[in-house]
Amino acid sequence: MAGRAAGDVILDVRNISLRFGGVKALTDITFDVREHEIRAIIGPNGAGKSSMLNCINGVYQPQEGSIHLRGRAFRHMNPRQVAEMGVARTFQNLALFKGMSVLDNIMTGRNLKMRTNILQQALRWGAAEREETAHRKVVEGIIDFLEIQAYRKTPVGKMPYGLQKRVDLGRALAMEPQVLLLDEPMAGMNVEEKQDMSRFILDVNDEFGTTIVLIEHDMGVVMDLSDRVVVLDYGRKIGDGSPEEVRANPDVISAYLGTVH
Amino acid sequence: MGPFLETLLGGLMVGMLYSLIALGFVLIYKASGVFNFAQGAMVLFAALAMARFAEWIPKLTGLNNKLIDNTIAFAGAVLVMIVLAWLIQKLVLGRLVNQDGITLLMATIGITYFLEGSGQTLFGNDIYKIDLGMPKDPVFIFEKTFDGGILVNKEDLYAALIAAVLVALLALFFQKTGTGRALRAVADDHQAAQSIGIPLDRIWVIVWSVAGIVALVAGAIWGSKLGVQFSLSLVALKALPVVILGGLTSIPGAIIGGLIIGVGEKLSEIYLGPHLGGGIEIWFAYVLALAFLLVRPQGLFGEKIIDRV
Repeated sequence: MAGRAAGDVILDVRNISLRFGGVKALTDITFDVREHEIRAIIGPNGAGKSSMLNCINGVYQPQEGSIHLRGRAFRHMNPRQVAEMGVARTFQNLALFKGMSVLDNIMTGRNLKMRTNILQQALRWGAAEREETAHRKVVEGIIDFLEIQAYRKTPVGKMPYGLQKRVDLGRALAMEPQVLLLDEPMAGMNVEEKQDMSRFILDVNDEFGTTIVLIEHDMGVVMDLSDRVVVLDYGRKIGDGSPEEVRANPDVISAYLGTVH
Repeated sequence: MGPFLETLLGGLMVGMLYSLIALGFVLIYKASGVFNFAQGAMVLFAALAMARFAEWIPKLTGLNNKLIDNTIAFAGAVLVMIVLAWLIQKLVLGRLVNQDGITLLMATIGITYFLEGSGQTLFGNDIYKIDLGMPKDPVFIFEKTFDGGILVNKEDLYAALIAAVLVALLALFFQKTGTGRALRAVADDHQAAQSIGIPLDRIWVIVWSVAGIVALVAGAIWGSKLGVQFSLSLVALKALPVVILGGLTSIPGAIIGGLIIGVGEKLSEIYLGPHLGGGIEIWFAYVLALAFLLVRPQGLFGEKIIDRV
């Protein structure tokens, strides 16, 4: 249980509607995320969870509504611009650079923080050399934190699935994000792997104070991890509150278990 | 044994140049999924720029040191290729993001005609020469080991050396620098690269610039051997079988594919030529590529494409 007091609103999602042609993926979704909290978005298959994340991340542009990060609205931003504002994400279907080593994968997360230009890097100028060393230090710290030291030089594609998920998390952490979006971090994992991942998520939240928005299918995991939960069903918000409140919400129960007619 | 080794060496050296041109294809294809039909035209354009710069610089500045002139001309041509890369990204490919591969291919065919035309308009359409000051005289090596030794063309030897150094430098750049890492990341997964803040359009400009510089080196070497003329852009057609052989997505594949084609061409000409009436060198590469397409369509080192159905 994450038991610290949540701070001010850091991410504010207001009246988001997203349509693909005639299909309404999201309808009028509003919620906020407070600093340092773990906020979960749950819902049955096709509820619009990933669409919501993709809106925040800039992959989709919602037709209506606005998203604010620390009071700054971001409309019509692509994923790179969102990344520059301090939002990092992991992917449901791993999107790691499979041919590259663990170290290189996580180093790419430092890309936005690199200040030297291509010419300095090519000539191995002093500044570029120092910068590389400094970033390398941060990345080694992350590798230690995620307990994947033994795989440092292994191509990611050759690692077990559960560990690849950790690399995905590591790459996002390397960006030192203000908000971390996790798209089903536990999908396809066995119980042990789920426990490890839960521990890392809590530690990230605890040690780095990172605000986390988490999409998850597994109700049990969500209830244990998160401070507050948003529930979506068919693109609409049907519940919002603490895990206990959400669990007791009749709409949520019927969405997950079906209504008794 | 002597003649065999001689042919083998000759083939390796020609192959190295094929590799260089194929490398340009692979770099761009890997990073952006664009099959750049204009690679040959870029070779011609770059070589024309360098040849004319080397001619104009002594006239303008009165400097008559060949090394300095060539260096400045090379730097100037590099600059031209970088500007060209930026223009291609800004005016053509930047506007075709998310289009089909075939659309992008058509766009590069357009770029081909534009480069061939504008290159000859800007720099002239005569045959020009690039004089890199490489010795042209052949030497004999291993005279003690074999009867009569092996005849090696010094110029080819230098050319192969330059190509090898360039490839090594590129490998270092890709493996050891932050920008190189970002390039590899983009080549691996566009979407993920964007989400961690790697700017795709800047990476593409860099890739096209690198491909432009590779084209320039290839053009300068071929140009100094055969003269800079329109037929230079046709050399790139030889790179097509190379990338089919080596795999479109593999840099080592481009290099090894180039060497195989180079050696195969020369050896088949010597050993099969007499039985088939000669002239094998011209079509050997394409037949080899055809055979490969039947057996291993992804090439020696290419990724096997597995589609979920």
